[in-house]
Amino acid sequence: MTATTATFSIWRGDRQGGKLVEYQTEIAEGMVVLDAVRRIQADQANDLAVRWNCKAGKCGSCAAEINGKPRLMCMTRLSDVPTNRPILVEPMRTFPLIRDLVTDVSWNFEKKRTVRKFTPRKPDAPDGTWRMAQIDVDRVQEFRKCIECFLCQNVCHVLRDHQLFDEYIGPRLLTHSAALEMHPLDSDHRLSDLRFTQGIGYCNITKCCTKVCPEEIKITDNAIIPLKERLVDRYFDPVAWLFGAGR
Amino acid sequence: MAAPARIEVPRRPARFGQSSRTDPWWAAPTVVFIVLSAFVIYSIWAALQGRDYRWGPYLSPLYSPELFGGPHAFIGGKPGWWPDWLFWSPAILILWAPAGLRVTCYYYRGAYYKAFWADPPSCSVGEPRQSYRGENSFPLILQNVHRYFIYLGLIYLVFLLHDAWEGLWFPNPATGHRVFGVGVGSIVLIVNMTLLSGYSFGCHSLRHLVGGYLKQLSGCPVRARLFGCASAFNRRHMLWAWMSLCFVAFTDIYVRLCAMGIWTDWRIF
Ligand code: SF4
Ligand code: SF4
Ligand code: FES
Ligand code: FES
Repeated sequence: MTATTATFSIWRGDRQGGKLVEYQTEIAEGMVVLDAVRRIQADQANDLAVRWNCKAGKCGSCAAEINGKPRLMCMTRLSDVPTNRPILVEPMRTFPLIRDLVTDVSWNFEKKRTVRKFTPRKPDAPDGTWRMAQIDVDRVQEFRKCIECFLCQNVCHVLRDHQLFDEYIGPRLLTHSAALEMHPLDSDHRLSDLRFTQGIGYCNITKCCTKVCPEEIKITDNAIIPLKERLVDRYFDPVAWLFGAGR
Repeated sequence: MAAPARIEVPRRPARFGQSSRTDPWWAAPTVVFIVLSAFVIYSIWAALQGRDYRWGPYLSPLYSPELFGGPHAFIGGKPGWWPDWLFWSPAILILWAPAGLRVTCYYYRGAYYKAFWADPPSCSVGEPRQSYRGENSFPLILQNVHRYFIYLGLIYLVFLLHDAWEGLWFPNPATGHRVFGVGVGSIVLIVNMTLLSGYSFGCHSLRHLVGGYLKQLSGCPVRARLFGCASAFNRRHMLWAWMSLCFVAFTDIYVRLCAMGIWTDWRIF
């Protein structure tokens, strides 16, 4: 296939200010947005800041917003975006900008420390090991696919628009909590944190997180709503209390 | 914990409706707005009619179960305690339960918060209001009542099953007995009941209650099976929600137009 030219409108700047800058570069079949951005970096803008590691959708470093949609640059094929107009590449809006396409996502790691750690029950066997059935780990296995790209945190309107960074932990960390709460060996309790300090009630199940997750984790349906239901058992449903639900 | 500084750089202030998105992000919420509004307006209108909800062996789902009302009602005619000044229709006694189920349904909540309240208007699109409480406090914290509505919804399904069965027994004026038969309306009632079952069986609360609340499903084969089934329906909960919503309205229209003599119900056998 012959190479064609496409225009990329890339956000350039730092916390002091910046603007969209247009670059033209050759694109070829099979290329992804990250390839084009790196080619622009090599040929035209050596100082363009862009973070990436694996180019395989597995490290989560290259999260950005392409034509306004939160996506991984390395997993967005140029054949899937219209190339007859400039392709918009911007940094994630929700996190503090470092420079150009690179944002500071450390808030997510700090906040992760507020989630109570995995606390396994006493070992099942004298040699200090446990026994688990496959059916019991199936559910949490989905959440373990997370690559911590934080695209879900970026798109979630509670953080993005309402900026409730102190009150709410966001979909990624709710998924993390769900993985621990549903783990067959875990013996700790996280519901009170989820309700009172981690703000699960702020999620209004509008599913933007699910839509952007590159690992296709059903964040809202399989992690957040089941946690909300556990909270109903514990705090809102008097009939469930009669049956001793919700601990 | 320190929150990250806001991105001060005013690249594109996310004012209401502002977004870098280049696709028609407004299309899906607009469709939701139109279809839901149309359904609400139609069902209120139909519920207030108080007539033409029965034709032959068919009963409109908006009037099921018919507790009080016509000659086939379970309990009797219009209850004596109903105040004279208050508008009466058999539907208003029962319609609050399915309405409550849909209003508090996890799927619809997400959909109407977007389409009717613009919170957010669509993913990564600016919002009209800065303040936000979500479902964390009153009033939306009341949505947690949802599981009680699904209990009621399951009871209603039994009545709809009954209606679908009744819809197969046609009165024979010659003998005065009822004979088994299938009309287009019988099929409409059966499809309606099936779609509403598919919607109810995929309910998130039901999925939780039949087994989702457990950390370990191994050792509980029945609950594991039920959880598997509920999860299968749950995966397409949105689809079931829309199909059943539209079909309920269609079923009412079908019975109503037959009762008004505008449509003819074809007997298949
Ligand atoms: S579903 Fe909840 S967590 Fe996910 S984006 Fe919406 S509000 Fe945020
Ligand atoms: S849940 Fe999905 S979108 Fe969120 S951080 Fe993990 S992989 Fe990224
Ligand atoms: S570079 Fe690793 S996910 Fe894109
Ligand atoms: S979640 Fe939709 S009916 Fe319960």
